[in-house]
Amino acid sequence: MAIIEVHGLVKRYGDHTAVDGVGFAVEQGEIFGILGPNGAGKTTTVECVEGLRAPDGGTIRVCGLDPRRDTGELRQLLGAQLQESELPDKLKVREALELYSSFYRRPADWRELVEVLRLTDRLDTQFRRLSGGQKQRLSIALALIGDPRVAVLDELTTGLDPRARRDAWDLIAGVRDRGVTILLVTHFMEEAERLCDRLAVINSGRVVALDSPAGLVSRIGDRQRVRFRPSAPLDHATLTALPEVTSVQQAGDRLVVTGTGDLLVAVTAVLARHRITAAELRVEQTSLDDAFVALTGRPANP
Amino acid sequence: MPALYRLTATETRLFFREPVLVFFTLAFPPLLLVVFGAIPAMREPSDDAVGLRAIDLYVPITVALGLAMFALNCLPQLFATYREKGVLRRMRTTPVEPRTMLGAQLLMALVLSAATALVVLAIGRLAFDVSLPRHLPAYLAGYLPTALSVFTIGLLVASLASTGKSAGAIGTLVFFPLVFFAGLWLPRAGMPDVLRAISDVTPLGAGVQSLQDATAGHWPQPLHLAVVLGWAVLAGVPAARYFRWE
Repeated sequence: MAIIEVHGLVKRYGDHTAVDGVGFAVEQGEIFGILGPNGAGKTTTVECVEGLRAPDGGTIRVCGLDPRRDTGELRQLLGAQLQESELPDKLKVREALELYSSFYRRPADWRELVEVLRLTDRLDTQFRRLSGGQKQRLSIALALIGDPRVAVLDELTTGLDPRARRDAWDLIAGVRDRGVTILLVTHFMEEAERLCDRLAVINSGRVVALDSPAGLVSRIGDRQRVRFRPSAPLDHATLTALPEVTSVQQAGDRLVVTGTGDLLVAVTAVLARHRITAAELRVEQTSLDDAFVALTGRPANP
Repeated sequence: MPALYRLTATETRLFFREPVLVFFTLAFPPLLLVVFGAIPAMREPSDDAVGLRAIDLYVPITVALGLAMFALNCLPQLFATYREKGVLRRMRTTPVEPRTMLGAQLLMALVLSAATALVVLAIGRLAFDVSLPRHLPAYLAGYLPTALSVFTIGLLVASLASTGKSAGAIGTLVFFPLVFFAGLWLPRAGMPDVLRAISDVTPLGAGVQSLQDATAGHWPQPLHLAVVLGWAVLAGVPAARYFRWE
């Protein structure tokens, strides 16, 4: 049974329709990603799920609850990590954890959370003295402190360095293993690919695709790119004549050949026939990045 | 209600980590009374019929000053900063509603300003022989509505200001005329009639007079109670209208 159900969600701000008929269902124990370019309506969508905003249309159920009507009960079951939400400057980490755990009926053990989040040696540090990554980890701890069944994490790893980002991913995977369903808003492809069981790609307030990361990639076919620096000039037509090749582009002194099937074999065979060697040869598979651009017409990280 | 209690305790702890704020809200009013009391002229009986000394008049004025410090120099900035930084927004995602935070800050301000009032009264009595309020229920009937009205004005400032900094600036701007008409520079007894008439319809002018009356053993005058409560309504309606959690 789906633990989060969203049907035909609509949210307008004045004349602007930020969310225009978004629908998806998240199964229990899943890590479900919401992916999209900036301003696509990702945050508005999850804020409706969290009950922070009143939708203008559609229905939402979280653990069978209506976020606007059963707000009190929802708060016990859903933990949220918001974008750009701070704590009082001089509040210490321990005080924040004790305070927030006192808000819940059955809080999680915050000592265990700080251990996993590597904040144990920062318990007596004031919020203003934490690094960006530590603030973010504390924010995750506060989202999980009520021992929620559903956690909504919005732009979780934005502003984290690569090491902290990987730690956060491990943590999220660990949280899921405890049976928590996770709704993850992101615009990092690597994050989506690494963590999410399924993804909804949102663009201009609509769901343009809903699939597993591998499923999304396969939608745009087995496209590949071969990149190399030819030892002598080569007529592009000799390459485009190949059935495997879809396009050839010159990038400085390099050639970028895009195509399908046994692209590399076909290209190297032609090069050998013309006695041309390919220096600095690279083969790139299509990635979620390519799928994203194909689906939304925009790069994910502008 | 444990959440309110815990939040009040946490907010109070945070308050005491701001030395400048602690000095101006808690220590400054009693200190000012001590300075005034050290001036011999302040302890001379006046020529008028009542025979009150200036220091007698300054005890209720410094009590009102304590309230104004919390209401206008502490609360609006604190609350607007929490809103600006998303502290209240985060709270909305927990079972405790952000209005509990507002309640905690008001409760803290009320308790601490009452503590300042007690210290002021004690210093007045012990150091300068100022009589304690003779009519305690009347004193509370003057003090609590005055607290209500200045705190509501503080909330109005917090509602209208866009940032913590601007809330602090607007609060200070409102603070000076209010404490002027409370008689901080010139006690009401020494004000020209026009000034005193204006002072009668300001929240702290009316409030100080109510405290003065209660000290002498009388209930606050209906005019002054009406003025104080009127300000609470006058500030409360737009404060509720423009109030934002985020």
